[in-house]
Amino acid sequence: MRFLNPSNLHEALTLLSKFPDCKILAGGTDVCVQLRGGGLKPKAILNIWGLNELKNIRDEGRYITIGALSTHTDIIRSPLIHKHIPVLAKACRTIGAVQVQNRGTIGGNVMNASPAGDTLPVLMAYAADVEVTSIAGQRWVPFEGFFTGYRATVVRPGEMVTGFRIAWPPRGERADFIKIGSRKAITISKVMACFRARIEHKKIVGISIAFGSVAPVPLRLKQTEAFLMGRVLTHKTIDEAVNKLASDITPINDIRSTADYRRHCCGVFLRRFLLESLCVS
Amino acid sequence: MVQSVGTNAPRLDCHDKLTGRTKYLDDLDIPHCWFGGVVYSSIPYGRIIKINFDPSFDWGSVVTCTFKDIPGKNNTVFLTQDQPILAEEYVKHVGEAIVLVAAPTKEILSQARSHIHIEYAASVPVLTIEQAKDKATLISGKDNILAQYCINKGDLDVGFKEAAVVIEGEYQTGFHEHAYIETQAMAAVPRTDGGLTVMGSLQCPYYVLKTLVSVLNCGADRVNVRQLPMGGSFGGKEDYPSLLGSYVALLAKKSGRPVKLIYSREDDIIMSTKRHPSIVKHKTGVKKDGTLTAMEINVEFNGGAYATMSPVVLSRGVIHAAGPYRCDHVRSTAVCYATHNVPCGAFRGFGVPQTIFAIEAHMDKIAEALGINPLKLRAKNCLKLGDTTQTKQLLRESVGAAQCLDTVAKGCSFEKKWQAYRRQNQAARGKKNIQKGIGLALYMHGGAFTGSGESVMKTEAGLMLQKDGVVRVLTGCTEMGQGAHTVLPQIVADTLGIPLKCVYCEVPDTDLVPDSGPTVASRTTMIVGWLLTQCAASFKERLFEFIARTYRVEKTALKLVRASFVSGSKRITDFKTAANDYLSKVGELKVIERYKLPPYIQWDPATHIGDAYPAYSWAADVAEVSVDMDTFEVTVDKMTIAVELGRAINPVLVKGQMEGGTLQALGWALMEDMQIINGHPQNKNLQTYIIPTARDIPDWRVHIIEEPFSYGPMGAKGIGELPLDGGAPAIVNAIYNATGLRITEIPVTPEKLLRQCAKL
Amino acid sequence: MKVKRKIDLNGKVTTITASPVARLLDVVRGDLKLTGTKEGCGEGECGACSVLLNNEVIDSCLVLFGQLRDGDLLVTVEGLENKRGLNRLQRSFVKNGAVHCGACIPGMLIAATALLKHNKTPSIMEIKEGIAGNLCRCTGYGRIIKAIEEVV
Ligand SMILES: Cc1cc2nc3c(=O)[nH]c(=O)nc-3n(C[C@H](O)[C@H](O)[C@H](O)COP(=O)(O)OP(=O)(O)OC[C@H]3O[C@@H](n4cnc5c(N)ncnc54)[C@H](O)[C@@H]3O)c2cc1C
Ligand code: FES
Ligand code: FES
Repeated sequence: MRFLNPSNLHEALTLLSKFPDCKILAGGTDVCVQLRGGGLKPKAILNIWGLNELKNIRDEGRYITIGALSTHTDIIRSPLIHKHIPVLAKACRTIGAVQVQNRGTIGGNVMNASPAGDTLPVLMAYAADVEVTSIAGQRWVPFEGFFTGYRATVVRPGEMVTGFRIAWPPRGERADFIKIGSRKAITISKVMACFRARIEHKKIVGISIAFGSVAPVPLRLKQTEAFLMGRVLTHKTIDEAVNKLASDITPINDIRSTADYRRHCCGVFLRRFLLESLCVS
Repeated sequence: MVQSVGTNAPRLDCHDKLTGRTKYLDDLDIPHCWFGGVVYSSIPYGRIIKINFDPSFDWGSVVTCTFKDIPGKNNTVFLTQDQPILAEEYVKHVGEAIVLVAAPTKEILSQARSHIHIEYAASVPVLTIEQAKDKATLISGKDNILAQYCINKGDLDVGFKEAAVVIEGEYQTGFHEHAYIETQAMAAVPRTDGGLTVMGSLQCPYYVLKTLVSVLNCGADRVNVRQLPMGGSFGGKEDYPSLLGSYVALLAKKSGRPVKLIYSREDDIIMSTKRHPSIVKHKTGVKKDGTLTAMEINVEFNGGAYATMSPVVLSRGVIHAAGPYRCDHVRSTAVCYATHNVPCGAFRGFGVPQTIFAIEAHMDKIAEALGINPLKLRAKNCLKLGDTTQTKQLLRESVGAAQCLDTVAKGCSFEKKWQAYRRQNQAARGKKNIQKGIGLALYMHGGAFTGSGESVMKTEAGLMLQKDGVVRVLTGCTEMGQGAHTVLPQIVADTLGIPLKCVYCEVPDTDLVPDSGPTVASRTTMIVGWLLTQCAASFKERLFEFIARTYRVEKTALKLVRASFVSGSKRITDFKTAANDYLSKVGELKVIERYKLPPYIQWDPATHIGDAYPAYSWAADVAEVSVDMDTFEVTVDKMTIAVELGRAINPVLVKGQMEGGTLQALGWALMEDMQIINGHPQNKNLQTYIIPTARDIPDWRVHIIEEPFSYGPMGAKGIGELPLDGGAPAIVNAIYNATGLRITEIPVTPEKLLRQCAKL
Repeated sequence: MKVKRKIDLNGKVTTITASPVARLLDVVRGDLKLTGTKEGCGEGECGACSVLLNNEVIDSCLVLFGQLRDGDLLVTVEGLENKRGLNRLQRSFVKNGAVHCGACIPGMLIAATALLKHNKTPSIMEIKEGIAGNLCRCTGYGRIIKAIEEVV
């Protein structure tokens, strides 16, 4: 196993073009587990942990940008995130425990492409763009459409994820991240969701709902959103929305939970978020 | 007095553990050591057709063993000698060892393992108790029964006639994994005399020795077994090291080198024993006022493929099946069935957590049926001084059940809260998001081996004088985190009248210490501690004779106080000087004695009637929970525990034991869901086998109650296992109080609560 | 192919040569013979392998040696003692009976040290969060939390 250790992004991209089938190693919290299991036997490892240029969280005018190598701890500690996208920090705080948060990166979370990746529904709900870079240049991919199937993304050999950008959330918006696991820490999500809503005069004028662990890829609940958009938020609307939700998701039974329970919790989450929105509005 | 008993004396091993100096097996640098590994069955049941050693691998670079390499008998030496060291014709569970490999490096080892392929003719396995009863496939004997007992007291018919109400219930528990942080680890090192030292993470050096002597077909002088510091055990390293010890011994013999074998977490979970899954049925007659008149109990355990400790686990389980309650008419039957699952063995509590879970969940069901508060029902029936247990054991002294109950109940206003939560929750059902509940469990645990076991064992321990007045404790009892190697020296130090720092436990090595029996059964403090007080008395006597002679003083007037010999008010000499004088003038001072049971113990193993244990320790738990009625997540907010243990030799260690054991019970009750599907463990790592983290713990309150036991050291009884017995039913009862949902099968996961709720 | 890293190990500048794809855990336990750091799972679940890297607690089983950079600061349990012996945190563990089998203890101490570096006055909840990545099967965590609380 070769160990490629670039000292800057350009070098990393050059190596990536030379060794397109190498395994990118960021914080290693997923890669090292896979290496140990023996399922992963790459010919070369490309260590990008040292690329400081990918660790920034910045205000860039129209967007907040987050470097791919920002760790969950970086995000939790970032005043910018804390102020404008606190739910992202909330999600990061539920990932593993301190040790994993200190090492695990947002880029790794996205590229690991597990349906249980906790930052995924947040990025989805905020319609983030992913910056995908190769030696040839850079492209922005909308988060929706980034995942092409179970653990598959649009990123091609020779490319890597360098960052994310999120448009400033509008003022007066409510947002939340809700997760259920098997215990209170170091727990993979049974279900998790990110919600955003803007309500003016009791009417829903903006809504975004994303779920994780209920389908092979993180999901935007398009039908439920469409149903809610423009409606006056009432108890009845909430009941109807919760009933609608079932058609948007396809949860499964596995070692962590049951499809029934997951479906139930999706309803609970949605109801909880909408009820709270109703209360504050 | 420089007394250490009753104080929170710091553990003697904690300095090294806090600085990283303690050497567990994996930390030892053994020169020229090879690494061992196991190739095990990937099917639950079938015939081995062929073992293929892939010729593309260089087999000359490693050593392999199959059953054919076993010079002696191919089985572990326990009560039932049914478990092969290495499979011969058949495999009976996933994880059964077939081939052993030793290699110079871990990389070569893993390559070698992956180049061994086993061909099987797979058969349909027997996996459940129901299938085992069916007897279509026989795993063990003629009936798939690994052990069975029946205990009769009084006359059930009479008892049920006295009853106003009869209440039935069925309770189930699942496989439970020890999840010690240090996995199974053993090594064998050839000695210069041609013998073998086998060492590692093990609870019972003499158990391992017994199996090794039989497997290697050698004299006991050709092999010694040494316990190294252990990173947790909880029963998991009681029987299993006899297998692992045999593996390393065979590999070391064949390769002529030291071999270390440390399981990965996955191998550990797949191969090592679990707690027995259980089904317990209760049929109970009660009077209107709650008096128990008849208890009919049926206990069934799933034992897995081989007996290991099952006969004794089941015995202890059934003896505790009627709980800490008085009832004149009891019949308990118990059967442990063989199935094609990983063998179940010892796990802290040894069958009792299962039966206590059942009776304590059932008591709440009875209380509900009668409309009595669960506390009152328990208080009414709880065993008191002068009562007899279901084995007709007369309780002569040290019976703290009622006091424990009273203490926990008062400590958290149980009755008031229980009533209030019940009312609130019934009113709020479906409206409130978080509902609170409170639950109770009363329980006991017998210390020591069952019945006359302690006499049969020929338990020995001793003391030896070292220069400069240091006393070495000679015992095969092991320190595995529970604090034995602090508590035993405390007992010795105080009995002798010398400071704790002058006493230490010798390394438990079968060449250095006598067989004090295994470190199991909550027996170490109570039995071996007691024996050591006797040793200390003889030891002191010998020193007094010497001092009397040397200093020409009256022996009967001598005392040893604060490491000084005094006669009346006169100080004669100090312990250190006396020790050095004794060693130079008289020679060795070594006392080894054998344990004697209290004289009144009568036990009939066939009927399971009589004095099951010299004494019981008693406890009561109150769990306070919050249940999220939308997601059914359960949070245990607070656990209040009262424990009566005769005497707390080291209170902080007692509290640590109670909290740690209760947390294991909490995990078992709520989240530890070892799913073995078609004989294959599904949770093969700590990512899927979930144990509680620091975020999952309740607020702990532990009350210690002392009712000295005459045959315990300073009055002490055992509490090794007790802490795991009561937590699960207390939590499940609290969940019922909060939600009105009675789940009778643990773990109570949110998924189960949802399912139950949907049924309503 | 081995690589060289010059780091500050437990307060001493140390040059280490090892395979870049070796786990940091194996380098610490094997090459450096600092066996205080334990392996409980090898996949980030138990925290027994916790070390401080640049003042942050990490699982050394999830880091490859090649990922270290020259000048990194690495602290293992062996680096916690001060000139007078056990440090305050360690002494508090002794006093509060926080140590049982000891397998989790080095990792616990490291996690607690990291916590106290970033938060001088953690609440009980913050202490629990700070050590939530360290499994202990023996103690029930109560005594450990108390030991940490007492040095605050
Ligand atoms: C104990 C434990 C608990 C965990 N708990 C959670 C949890 O609760 N929630 C959760 O979501 N996750 C959890 N994880 C998973 C993991 O920590 C996260 O997914 C983490 O964010 C991964 O980041 P990393 O930098 O460590 O990724 P790495 O392991 O370095 O990489 C992960 C994958 O992404 C690829 N990759 C990484 N960076 C890039 C890049 N910039 N461009 C292209 N490809 C890249 C890698 O090749 C690899 O395939 C847990 C892991 C552990 C060990
Ligand atoms: S060994 Fe690293 S976390 Fe368990
Ligand atoms: S003390 Fe044993 S695991 Fe924590």
